[in-house]
Amino acid sequence: MYKYDAIDQQLVNERVAQYRDQTNRYLAGELSEDEFRPLRLQNGLYIQRQAPMLRVAVPYGMLSSKQLRKLGDIAKKYDKGYGHFSTRQNLQLNWPKLEDVPEILAELATVEMHAIQTSGNCIRNITTDQFAGVAPDEVIDPRAMAEVMRQWSTFHPEFALLPRKFKIAVSGTEQDRAIVQAHDIGMEFYKDAKGETAIKVWVGGGLGRTPILGTVIREHLEWQHALTYCEAIIRVYNIHGRRDNAYKARIKILVKALGIEDFKQQVEAEWLYLKDNPNTITEAELARVGQHFEAMPYENLPAHDESFDSAIASNPAFAAWVKRCVHAHKQAGYRAVTLSLKPHGHAPGDITSAQMSVVADLADAYSFGEVRASHEQNLILADVKLSDLFQLWEKAHAAGLATPNIGLLTDIICCPGGDFCSLANAKSIPIAEAIQMQFDNLDYLHDIGDLELNISGCMNACGHHHVGHIGILGVDKDGSEWYQVTIGGKQGNDASIGSVIGPSFSAEEMPGVVQRLIEVYIKERTPEERFIDTVRRIGVPPFKAHVYASKEATNV
Amino acid sequence: MSNLIKDNAIVADEWTRVTPPTLGEETVRKQAGKVVLFKLTGEETFSAEQIAATKIPAGKVLVPFSVWCANKDALASRVSQGEVGLLVATHEAIEDVITEVKDINAFALVAVYVERFADGRIFTIGNLLRTRYDFKNELRAVGDVLRDQLFFLKRSGFNSYLIRADRSATEALASLKDFSEPYQGAVDIAQPAWRRTIR
Repeated sequence: MYKYDAIDQQLVNERVAQYRDQTNRYLAGELSEDEFRPLRLQNGLYIQRQAPMLRVAVPYGMLSSKQLRKLGDIAKKYDKGYGHFSTRQNLQLNWPKLEDVPEILAELATVEMHAIQTSGNCIRNITTDQFAGVAPDEVIDPRAMAEVMRQWSTFHPEFALLPRKFKIAVSGTEQDRAIVQAHDIGMEFYKDAKGETAIKVWVGGGLGRTPILGTVIREHLEWQHALTYCEAIIRVYNIHGRRDNAYKARIKILVKALGIEDFKQQVEAEWLYLKDNPNTITEAELARVGQHFEAMPYENLPAHDESFDSAIASNPAFAAWVKRCVHAHKQAGYRAVTLSLKPHGHAPGDITSAQMSVVADLADAYSFGEVRASHEQNLILADVKLSDLFQLWEKAHAAGLATPNIGLLTDIICCPGGDFCSLANAKSIPIAEAIQMQFDNLDYLHDIGDLELNISGCMNACGHHHVGHIGILGVDKDGSEWYQVTIGGKQGNDASIGSVIGPSFSAEEMPGVVQRLIEVYIKERTPEERFIDTVRRIGVPPFKAHVYASKEATNV
Repeated sequence: MSNLIKDNAIVADEWTRVTPPTLGEETVRKQAGKVVLFKLTGEETFSAEQIAATKIPAGKVLVPFSVWCANKDALASRVSQGEVGLLVATHEAIEDVITEVKDINAFALVAVYVERFADGRIFTIGNLLRTRYDFKNELRAVGDVLRDQLFFLKRSGFNSYLIRADRSATEALASLKDFSEPYQGAVDIAQPAWRRTIR
């Protein structure tokens, strides 16, 4: 993974000093709440219900074991001994003290980490596929480009105070796993007819209050121009995006208002001036950054391993885990492993300091000392030998990190919700826990099969509920917490936004509602169909009918 | 003491800012409307009456764009003597300003007024003035200008900053040096870090 040079390190150190000074000025009363807000936000510090929340950047989800250990130590020293992985592949600390944050940042800087631009109206952490570099369907490893873009976007002077937050995702696979269509800019890398790396550029996607999938603004962009083309897009947005109403300030609203053709014309006109400026990427620079992402020193291994095969045959629990948590790898004899942060009945994405230390040890022992965070809020060991899987599983299992539920109903994406977040309308974690307990029977869970259930505590959609096969949104009705249910949302190449099935439900009703949605699926499915396929084939009405029929029955 | 920073030092402000008078109760605020009016939504503009009632004193004057438009001919000789600065607000389209003034370098000073700290349009406007319209003279940030914008303003082509009256310009001066080696190319340093040094 990327290692800092003197320039990277100096910049992060200077940021610590700058933020320490800003905090001191705030504590001394020299900065008002209003003036301090954009400064702390650009450093990932929110003031929440219980305490501040600090969001630490994990660029495109990559972590070294050393960094993860440090995060564990920080969570123990400055927080309550746990952290939360977010849907932007970042780590959130829920209980730090505002006055401790400069010290936390200083500690992070010692392991090449920071909290720069993890919030605020600026370019946020650039996200990508958690299997980048190892996925068999990968065309281009997008990480070098993600790092080039990270550096370019860090303190970009022209885009320091945009109308609203700005999220970029990059993807280099046939099957999109980075939800490029749900980003302000999505960059899909591919090989063009000449065999050159090119980018399909999506713009104006986003979830939140107004969920919109992105539109292609350019089918073919040479990779050298990735930064200058982004500059053109963001410049048009910076000047013309609305600043009078935060709910209408995202780029998607501007793109919809102007229409893609008009917007594109403005961007292309702007790009004529910016194209070939010094931010144009060279082969040499991409190669310099790319050397940090070269393939691991893999051993030459056979495609099969006898000990692995016999462990599968003799141990059903291990076999169930392999089925859900172990993924194909482009190198023979290797697999990628997802460590589930979704044990049933616990807050999705949460991890204790002790578990962080275990994962760091596992990474050192079995996966070249690297870990990745996924936007589904799990951790990945990307390069594990087949012959090591059983040992790894035993250790992960002992640490509560081997729930065999990846891609299943209980692998819930969930925001911190009303328990922590001051924006939330409703709690989300207790809903996730209640649903997980309702579907605690593993055989049943595996029979239901692939299903993505996403929960957000408010319309800001941090839990990506719009693209969940089942989406749950917390809403406020006359001061009490209710939940609106959508079905048919999906991430990936054929992304879609879910449809609301009807009036919202109370928290107590939610496990039963999901249960009834599943009943319709089980009854209607063909042998090959996943939940999402059945929804797409038969539509919302049968699901709606069954859910609300039982609701009326219980009300009578 | 002056609150003006110019080229890394605190200097006296020689310019008198011209502000149209407030007439009665009415402030004209453009209402949210069509797409083309996004940038004007809710922002204060001066009425024709206000502009007509504006008195322009002698000496070096910083004149709002709309006031200059109404007094173009009267101000022409003062412009050529380097006594007129142009004040542009962040919601005014810079390309329209350029079309109207023809030679932006005729003005000894262009100041960009930012009403709120969070309004980042000022950075794009500075960048365009320097890189596209080739403005060579003093480029000043005025309005809600606080030390934490300064590094970005400098990188966007500004070379003078009128710090908000209730804040210390001396302290703000330090922020121009917040970061020693920025990553990306911008107006002040055109080359990105990797083109400047061997990394």
